[in-house]
Order: sequence, then C-alpha cells, then structure tokens
Amino acid sequence: MSVLPLVALVGNPNAGKSALFNALTGARQKVGNYPGVTVERHSGRLALDDGRPVELVDLPGTYSLDPSSPDEQVTRDVLFGRQLGERRPDALIVVVDAANLDLHLRFALQLIALGLPVVVALNMVDLAERDGLTLSAEALSRELGVPVVPTVAVRKRGLAVLRAALTTAVETSGTATPRAEPPVEAPLGQLQRRAREISHAAIVTETPSRRWNNALDAVALHPLAGPILLVALMFVMFQAVFSWSEAPIGWIEGGFAALDEGVRAMMPDTLLRSMITDGLIAGVGAVLVFLPQILILFAFILVLEASGYMVRAAFLMDRMMAGVGLSGRAFIPLLSSFACAVPGIMATRTISDEKDRLTTILIAPLMTCSARLPVYTIIIGAFIPDRAVAPGVGLQGLVLLGLYLAGIVGAFVAALVLRQTVTKGHSSGFMMEMPRYQMPRLADIAIGLWSRAWIFVKRAGTIIALTTVILWALLSFPRAPDGQSQVDHSIAGRIASGIEVVVKPIGFNHDIALALLPAMAAREVAVSAIGTVYAVDDAEDAAGARTIVENLQRRWSLPTALAFLMWFVFAPQCISTIAVTRRETNGWKWPLFMVGYLFAAAYIMAGITYWLAVAAGL
Amino acid sequence: MLAPAPLPLESLPLRRRATIATIAWELLAPPEARRLREFGFEEGMHVELLHRATLFRGPVACRIGRMTVALRRNVAAAITVTTD
Repeated sequence: MSVLPLVALVGNPNAGKSALFNALTGARQKVGNYPGVTVERHSGRLALDDGRPVELVDLPGTYSLDPSSPDEQVTRDVLFGRQLGERRPDALIVVVDAANLDLHLRFALQLIALGLPVVVALNMVDLAERDGLTLSAEALSRELGVPVVPTVAVRKRGLAVLRAALTTAVETSGTATPRAEPPVEAPLGQLQRRAREISHAAIVTETPSRRWNNALDAVALHPLAGPILLVALMFVMFQAVFSWSEAPIGWIEGGFAALDEGVRAMMPDTLLRSMITDGLIAGVGAVLVFLPQILILFAFILVLEASGYMVRAAFLMDRMMAGVGLSGRAFIPLLSSFACAVPGIMATRTISDEKDRLTTILIAPLMTCSARLPVYTIIIGAFIPDRAVAPGVGLQGLVLLGLYLAGIVGAFVAALVLRQTVTKGHSSGFMMEMPRYQMPRLADIAIGLWSRAWIFVKRAGTIIALTTVILWALLSFPRAPDGQSQVDHSIAGRIASGIEVVVKPIGFNHDIALALLPAMAAREVAVSAIGTVYAVDDAEDAAGARTIVENLQRRWSLPTALAFLMWFVFAPQCISTIAVTRRETNGWKWPLFMVGYLFAAAYIMAGITYWLAVAAGL
Repeated sequence: MLAPAPLPLESLPLRRRATIATIAWELLAPPEARRLREFGFEEGMHVELLHRATLFRGPVACRIGRMTVALRRNVAAAITVTTD
C-alpha cells in the first residue's frame, strides 16, 4: 500500500478547526493516540479534485510554536516532523477565525514561514459578518502570499474551493523545501504588528457590533444571574439524565429479558446455557442499560462545550476552584467525570500546569460517574424507604444527592490536601480565551456521541463480558455436593472468604467480598456480580428465583448497605480509570498512589458509616 | 487638560475603553507572561473590562483586540492602563 499524502489542519484554538475537519471528512474518521503521549489523533480521508485520496489530520489547537501543554507539543513536533508515529505533513490547511484575524494571523505567519505548501481557510466568515466585519480574501492572499479560501465549516461553505486549492498545494509539495529546524523567529511583538497590518489591509468594512454575544454574556457572566444560571443548567442536566433515560432503559431491559428467554427456550438446561444466561446475558445486560444515561450526560456536555458556554462556566467556577488550589479549567474535566472519569481525565490535557493537571486527575474518580449509578440505584431501592420527606422531595432521591455531594466534598478535601503535600507548588493561574457563542451543529454532536457510545459498548462487550464469564466460572466450579451452598463451595467463594477477613470490620459480608473483586474491572459489575452470585445460589433453591432486591433485603443489614454505598463513593474500582491515569501520567507512580489513597479513604469512610449506623441502632 | 492617571486594569470601570500603559512582566510567572503575550497584550493596545466575577474576587473578563480573555485578579493588577 502506498502512503497517502498527509495534510494537517492547524490553527489557534476556537478557530473552528474541528468543525472544518468534520465537514471535510464526514464520518470517515479515525480517533487514535500518538504513541508515548496521550494526545488524541484525529484523522480521516479526503478525496482531492483529481480523485486522489489524502489523509487529513486534525492537530491540537495552539497559539504559537512555543508549546505550553502536551497537546501543543504534539502540534509543534508534527510540524517539524519530529513526532513519533507521524510523518511530516506534505501540506497544511491553516485555519484562521475571520473575526479574530489580528491574533490568528500571527500564528499563520509562523506556519507559513515553515516552508510547507499552505492553504489558509478564512473560517467563520459568517460570524465575522454578523459582528459587522467584511473581509477581502484576495487582499489577504496578496499580503500572505498563499491562497486564502473563505469558509463556513458548519454550513459546508467554501469546501469545494478549499479542496481545489489543496489539490494544487499537494501537487507542489514535491518541490517545496520545508525547514528542518524552527526558524530563528522574529520576536512575538514584531510578528504581532505585521499580523495587525495584514489584518487591517484585509478589512473592507468594520462596524462594531457584537450584540448577541454581549447580551448573552451580560446574563451568563452576571455576578448574580450567572451562578444561578449555571446551577439551573446543572440541575436540568442531571434531571434529564434520570427522567429522559427511563424509556430507553426499559427497552434495553426488555430486549435482554427477551434474549434470555429465547436462549432458555432454545437450549437444554446445561452448564453452557447457565454460562450464557446467568453469566454473559445477565452481566452485559446489567451494564448496557446505562448507555442511555451516559449518552444524555455526554450530549449535554458536548452541547455546552460546542456552544461556548463551558468556558463561561469555568470563569464562574474559577474562584471556588482556586480555593482548593485548582483553576477554573479543572471544571470541565471534573464535569465530564460525572459521566465517566476516563474522558474526564483525558480532558485534563488542556490544563497547562503540570501540578494542577495531576491534582485534577487524582480527584476526577471521586466525581460520581454513571457506572456508580446502578450500584447506588439498586441498594437505595432495596434499603431506603420510598417516602417523601417534604412535598416533591423523596428520601431516596435525597440519599442519592447525598452520595453525589459526598463525592464532591471528598474531591475538594482531597485536592486541598494534595496541593499542600504531594502536588505542592505555585498555581499557574487561570487565563483563557472566551470564544464567541455559537449554535452547536447537530452533526458534530452526533459524531462526538457516536464515538463515546462505541467506546462504552466495546467495553461492555469485552472487559465486562469477559469478567462476568470468569466470575461465573469461578462461582460454578468446583460443583458443590448436594445440600451445600454452591457459592460457598466455589473458588470465588473461597477467595472471598480471604477478602472477608479484611472487610469484616467495616460491616461487609461474604457476598460483598465476593462482588468487590470482579468490580475492580468496572464498578457496575458489582451489581451483576451480586446478581450472578444469587442466580447461581438460587438455582439450587427449590423456591427458585428471588429478585436481587429480595435477596439483598434478606441477606444485608441497613448499616452494611450504607457502608457499601459509602465505599463506592471513594473506591477506585475501575481498571479503565487506572489505565488511563497510567497513560496520562506516563508511569505507574501516580495511578498506584491514586488507588492507594482512594482505597484508604473508602475503607475509613465506609467504616465510619457502618460504626455510626450501628451505634445509632439502624 | 490633565492626562488621566494610570490605574490597574482590575480597577477600570466596566465598558470603558483604555490603553495599556505598562505591564509589570516581572510580577507574572513565565508561562503566564508568555500566554498573556500570545493573547496580544502589550503596551499601547486598547483594552476594555467586560465582566468581573465579584463573588470573593473571582477572575475578570476583558476585551483585547477582537478577543475576550479571562484573567485572574493578580494578573489584571499587574496591567496598568490609562482611560482613552
């Protein structure tokens, strides 16, 4: 296979690069990782006018060739052909925001100086016009000495012209002599002045008008209305996660129940059938039902991000974050961690200060991720009475809210302690560009949601399917003689007896000890593990299947249930989180530290909960 | 008429156009200073204060060039401006 010409999309953050990338490649894109660093590599294919395919890669946005975060480092290294796992691009599409030329042209000038064939995409010309700014692409092209194409990526305007210009650029790439070393640069100030001159030459008319943006910010950043709006948005978001997901969760449950019935009807009652129904279908089904909630949460986060609101939220939260030694930038990764800590931890890449970033990574698992929900829901449903403590406020909901808050408070305390000890150092502060508001485009949100749904489904189909089957096997062998409990007799039962010694003081029984081990793979497995334990056990029972809730109520005391909930607030029971932490921190030191401190916190907090509950006579 | 007295950006009334007189670069951490330069802050540039997160003295948002940038108070205090 011959190697396709490589074209890189480069530009400042907020230039609309990703939208342009999506518009050019559509759904034909691949998300991978650069080796050695944990920066996502987005690539896709694009056919030139002559039908020749090229590979298009979307480089992380940066303000200059002087990197201040791992993302920006990758961009610079790719441009100089020094990035592992990437060849040097044959041509560049430099994306500039038409409404912010002064700044974006400075970086464009640096990029043009590299000597690679360049096409400039003068992006978001419609927003510039909305702001009262008319530009001349011809004048800009004359000043810069490279082709300039006006585009509106979100409306697919200008793409054909851009493709034509790119065809020419790729053709000339053979004759280009790019610089191997960073050029001795003109000082930033001098470049900036040149950028301003060019930008002024390109402006046809200019009337100051940013009415929309200013009106929205007047509310979103208002000292009083701003925080109220933020809290209201968060409330609507979490409310939607629960209420909108009810129907689709029902469909998924119904589907798995039908599948289970079908297999039972088709197959004779053998060990293989037990493995498929009690192990595989029960385990994977227990996890896949959370897909709707995860997707709703991610949809909100993606829309808030694409609209430009997320940076405003970071602005409002900065002071509070500074109180525990973090910055407003940590707000976005932490909010994402409510869906799942894995993308949350990956989102910390935008935090340039190493210690800020590390602290954020270490506390991200304390945000209540959606994988904890099945555990919380089932235990609360079994042990907390469904009664109202005030009109419209149920006790069950209150306990759930309490668990979320326990995680947040725990995270803040942890950040405070970490910042005084292991991640001690000067905070790098908070300095961020606030992009203009934009209507998020459905297709961009859909692409984002699709890639996340796929990651989750893949996880359910691999790690979780495998662990539930292994657990089923550990539970089913060796076969117990008649009259003895299959679970107690099994290998898993014997391992659990060892764990039980350690967790007995904090009120955990044998079932829990049994569930904790497979729950290391993923928290939600705890539910399916307990379900599998009871399914295997009940099979011996002549009375037949009790529901998991009936079993819980029969076997657990209330203090045990409460301690179990508290354990899950803190315990780092998720291999994916540990793995992503290792990748993001380039070593085992920090993931091991994280696992250690979180398990210690989980043990102590669950213990305190148990002892207090017992003392209170619950 | 007397030239207007310079004041820190932090104390500039909202929506009043001003010109950056001096930036005390030595008061800023090097990465902070670099990012500030990258955003286009330098002596002689026009700047306008848009929002203050007043709760416990949170950050400020200001317009520089065609961009809105959020800064913490200590950074805004290091920038001296004169009103136009």
